[in-house]
Amino acid sequence: MATTLTKAEDRAADTASHAARLRHVSKSFATPAGRQLVLDDISLDVAPGEFVTLLGASGCGKSTLLNLVAGLDKPSAGAIDTPGGRPALMFQEHALFPWLTAGRNIELALRLRGVERSARRPEAERLLELVRLGGAYGKRVHELSGGMRQRVALARALAQDSELLLMDEPFAALDAITRDVLHDELTRIWRETSVSVLFVTHNVREAVRLAQRVVLLSSRPGRIAREWTVDIEQPRRIEDADVAELSVEITEELRGEIRRHGRH
Amino acid sequence: MAGTETKAVTKTAKTPRPAKGDDLAGLEAGLDALDAVQVTRTPVREVLLRKVLPPVVAVALVLAVWQLLVSAQVTDAYKLPPPAAVWDSLRKMWLEGTLLEVLWTSVSRALLGFLMALAIGTPLGLLVARVRVVRAAIGPILSGLQSLPSVAWVPPAVLWLGLNDSMMFAVILLGAVPSIANGLVAGIDQVPPLFLRAGRTLGATGLRGARFVIMPAALPGYLAGLKQGWAFSWRSLMAAEIIASSPDLGLGLGQLLENGRNNIDMPGIFLAIILILVVGVAIDLLIFSPLERAVLRSRGLLVKS
Ligand SMILES: Nc1ncnc2c1ncn2[C@@H]1O[C@H](COP(=O)(O)OP(=O)(O)O)[C@@H](O)[C@H]1O
Ligand SMILES: [Mg+2]
Repeated sequence: MATTLTKAEDRAADTASHAARLRHVSKSFATPAGRQLVLDDISLDVAPGEFVTLLGASGCGKSTLLNLVAGLDKPSAGAIDTPGGRPALMFQEHALFPWLTAGRNIELALRLRGVERSARRPEAERLLELVRLGGAYGKRVHELSGGMRQRVALARALAQDSELLLMDEPFAALDAITRDVLHDELTRIWRETSVSVLFVTHNVREAVRLAQRVVLLSSRPGRIAREWTVDIEQPRRIEDADVAELSVEITEELRGEIRRHGRH
Repeated sequence: MAGTETKAVTKTAKTPRPAKGDDLAGLEAGLDALDAVQVTRTPVREVLLRKVLPPVVAVALVLAVWQLLVSAQVTDAYKLPPPAAVWDSLRKMWLEGTLLEVLWTSVSRALLGFLMALAIGTPLGLLVARVRVVRAAIGPILSGLQSLPSVAWVPPAVLWLGLNDSMMFAVILLGAVPSIANGLVAGIDQVPPLFLRAGRTLGATGLRGARFVIMPAALPGYLAGLKQGWAFSWRSLMAAEIIASSPDLGLGLGQLLENGRNNIDMPGIFLAIILILVVGVAIDLLIFSPLERAVLRSRGLLVKS
């Protein structure tokens, strides 16, 4: 068993009933054509340790919503509460710093979090082990494959030891086999840590494969259209019959949402 | 906030892991092995053959053509000295012990001036890049200054500061600071916004953002600016040395050239020009190019042809 320093577990035990709480959140942008309402009255809780996927068509405001939760942007109305401090955020692009090795990328996150120098290296090595990249400490970003980069990016996000991990289509650019493996990895790591995950995707099967709860966003403006609780035992496979069955149901709903925009 | 102190916690899985997916590690190792990017370095022999041989041949050709022109007597002997005469001048300076002294006078001036330009240009570039008002105010002037030949600064510098080393440094600074600052501004402007967002989510904001994200991300552009800054330092200094000669100033390469003109010593003039060229190229080749290549290679930005 690994012994480690984590604040997240302390906090989870401590107080909050939620890792993230959104209340009546709206966001609009000023465009040449006037103000465009992108997110409308979103209310959503992510419980501590919960895995929620946010599903929606391209352009429906998923990234916008994650940016709000991450604190990179401010909502036009409503309130967002993340009691566990600044959430970690993973992007579709790995966003690793090419001037640092894989290990140093993780150590930078530790350093910015205030971990003292002597503890950084062992903790970075532990996190690399966690994503099964034990030998990659000294590797440069350009020496890693796409899947390995996303795993280092995941390790760096975990290094923030935030209670909440936000993921913005992190596997969308990977090939199917690698993506499948990373789904298994993410599920394993989520279960080994107490992190709560808010995972954004436009891929229905991915959403069902990973989540305890799937939240469907409508488009223009983005509203919560429907929610599903996924009662399928983990680890799941993307080709499992019950995953497929629920995916068909959700896809129908998603198509209905998209079709509404074709009328009038 | 609760739990800001850290403590050791033993990690446990929330539920026991089923056996399913146990071969995941093996699958992953296989994918990594298939996918990993191979990075190889060119062997030394090939570098010598492809990078060193061509310029050596080119120099040999120039010397051959030069000798041919002299032998064919295309012009008066005092206008075009043979390579051997230039070589003799060099030998003479070496034997008199003045060669290294002259080189050192100029090189030390230029490097010192360059370091000062570095110390001024770097914070200036950072300010212009990050503070909107400053950019609006002096950004265009800074880019404009780059196209002003630094020799134009010699007359005012002589009047302001007199015929001394300070005047030389002033000319170097006016030539090199804009290049260095502009290089840094360009480097910072090219930092991908994704890095800035990633930095912010990691907690690198404000000065920590500049230190851990913006400066390292801008390093390639900054180095390109330094390279150009060195070229400008060297050119500015030569302009200053040629125009402003005074016995108090010590003999540098520029004065060597000017003395050659006064004494109608064509081999001496050729020698001075060649030395100025060689020093400029050598510093670039020995310091800036390796630095730039090392940085680009470590980031996987060096494209092999
Ligand atoms: N900074 C911005 N200014 C104006 N419009 C924006 C901005 N950011 C996003 N949008 C708009 O908001 C909508 C949702 O974008 P986004 O959140 O990226 O969608 P998704 O991630 O679901 O594909 C898009 O129509 C986009 O044009
Ligand atoms: Mg998006």
